[in-house]
Amino acid sequence: MSELVIDVNNLTKKFNDFTAVDSISFYVKKGEIFGFLGANGAGKTTAMRMLTGLSKPTSGQALVLGLDVNSSADRIKKGIGYMSQKFSLYNDLTVKENIRFYGGIYGLSRAQIKSKTEEILEELSLKDVAKKLVSELPLGWKQRLSFAVAMVHDPAVVFLDEPTGGVDPHVRRQFWETIYEQASRGKTIFVTTHYMDEAEYCDRLSIMVDGKIGAMGTPGELKEHYSTDTMDDVFLKLVR
Amino acid sequence: MKIIGYLIQKEFIQILRNKAILPMMTILPIIQLIVLSNAASNEVKNINLVIVDQDFSEYSRLLTSKVNSNERFTLKLATNNQNEAMEAIQANEADIILTIPAKFERDFLKAQSPALQILVNAINGQQATVGAGYLTNIIGSFNQDISSEIIRIPEGPRIGSISLESRNWYNPEIEYSHFMAPGILAELTALLTIVLSAMNVVRERELGTIEQINVTPIQKWQFILGKLVPFLCVGLVLLTVGLIASKLIFDIPMLGNLGILFGYAVINLIAVLGLGLLISNFADTQQQAIFVAFFFILIFVLMCGLFTPIDSMPKWAQILTIPNPLAHFISVSRKVLMKGGGLLDIRKEIIYTIFLAIIFNSLAIWSYKKQS
Repeated sequence: MSELVIDVNNLTKKFNDFTAVDSISFYVKKGEIFGFLGANGAGKTTAMRMLTGLSKPTSGQALVLGLDVNSSADRIKKGIGYMSQKFSLYNDLTVKENIRFYGGIYGLSRAQIKSKTEEILEELSLKDVAKKLVSELPLGWKQRLSFAVAMVHDPAVVFLDEPTGGVDPHVRRQFWETIYEQASRGKTIFVTTHYMDEAEYCDRLSIMVDGKIGAMGTPGELKEHYSTDTMDDVFLKLVR
Repeated sequence: MKIIGYLIQKEFIQILRNKAILPMMTILPIIQLIVLSNAASNEVKNINLVIVDQDFSEYSRLLTSKVNSNERFTLKLATNNQNEAMEAIQANEADIILTIPAKFERDFLKAQSPALQILVNAINGQQATVGAGYLTNIIGSFNQDISSEIIRIPEGPRIGSISLESRNWYNPEIEYSHFMAPGILAELTALLTIVLSAMNVVRERELGTIEQINVTPIQKWQFILGKLVPFLCVGLVLLTVGLIASKLIFDIPMLGNLGILFGYAVINLIAVLGLGLLISNFADTQQQAIFVAFFFILIFVLMCGLFTPIDSMPKWAQILTIPNPLAHFISVSRKVLMKGGGLLDIRKEIIYTIFLAIIFNSLAIWSYKKQS
């Protein structure tokens, strides 16, 4: 059995009376692309925020990289990357400055930052706009840069919250190529999405319904279980 | 330590790219200095006077002309009708009525101590007290003049009388701007930095960039320090610009060691910034932050000793000025610039401010939540 990167047991988050995440349990293996699906407001982002240490679980246990999110949040943070739903690079910094800043606060050395910057600019073909403010980039480029910055410190696992929201199909494809490439290097990808074609690209999926996990398995298993041809139908059957 | 370096570097780039901050640091304080230092004056220069002369004597005319010759008084009306005078004060045209009663001269010469009446429009308390004070002084000296004119009798040794001579130390010409400018400068520096720091973190929260920082292993104190240092520099630049402007425009005295003033300013700005960051931790939007900051700013400004002396506040209010960093800043800038005060003279302010800096910043670090 391969190593578990994320291991969640009965994880719950309540906001006053409202239970956003209701005792969910799942695991993610090393190198997997794990799709985390669900309707708007089903609790995906809340669950992800607990795993990244941004939100404190009300009860239950979650291990990320073998460490408890309750007690070792800071140690976990060294080993994870996070790309939020909201674009969160600095618009008033250039591409290069953003990479340097995040590399810097993750504690990379000057030389590491330099080589990492070269690498990112090369891979995303952003060399020409390296000195441009991030606000001037088109959305698709911004999203790819966000992903690259989330990976700047070589985390073992990266959390992507709707990374392709609002970008065109071409950039989405490019984005998923990058995700595959990272997975092939042994990185674990934890991704939420509303695009069912993207769900098909995932190794395994879970679909959240009202704070609970409604279904879990490979895309093939899920389609078989709900006896439909497309992930769209699986999703609709579950959510309804 | 290296991590803080990156935080500070990023903040500086953002500050320098922000088109609003540079004018805020240079032009605004100069304008405010010029306007406020001249306008916010407690000096009573122009008092509208009504004289009711019911005596029509040589003395009453002498007194009238004596008062009238004082440049602070403008004679609005000379009448013998008290009602007319009252109307003038009702209509807000007069500040003071001086009534010289009938038989004033006769009673005086008979040594019957006639009484003059001063009626003061005390809606503006300051104007009233100061104006009445001036008038009393003039009448006092008039009294002496005519007394010495009449009493020529004692031919032996003259009876000594006490005369008071006052000198205005630290501001010999009572230049109001010398007194206001250092205070306003301290106020501006503190206010701008409190607003900038309070808004900054909230802005990151609004934009969502703070979340990206919160998923990094960065420590809370590193984050706060990374915000504090750049804005401390902004405050010091502002103070420098303001000092140069005050020197050039008002020729304010700079008797003390400017190093001491800047050294103290650093402590004070750290305290103020700590409060700004503390506010930002409790606000979700810039709007909330600015409202809360305003609440503090208003109290700080009105109770900092800039417009009303702290010594004349009630005891409880004086105690309330202790946690007001602005009050200490103003006191220090006046002591250092006008009196040439040294470290010993401002030790009380230094100790209070260090306490405030520690308290505000500890609270800011404590209340900064990386986790919700």
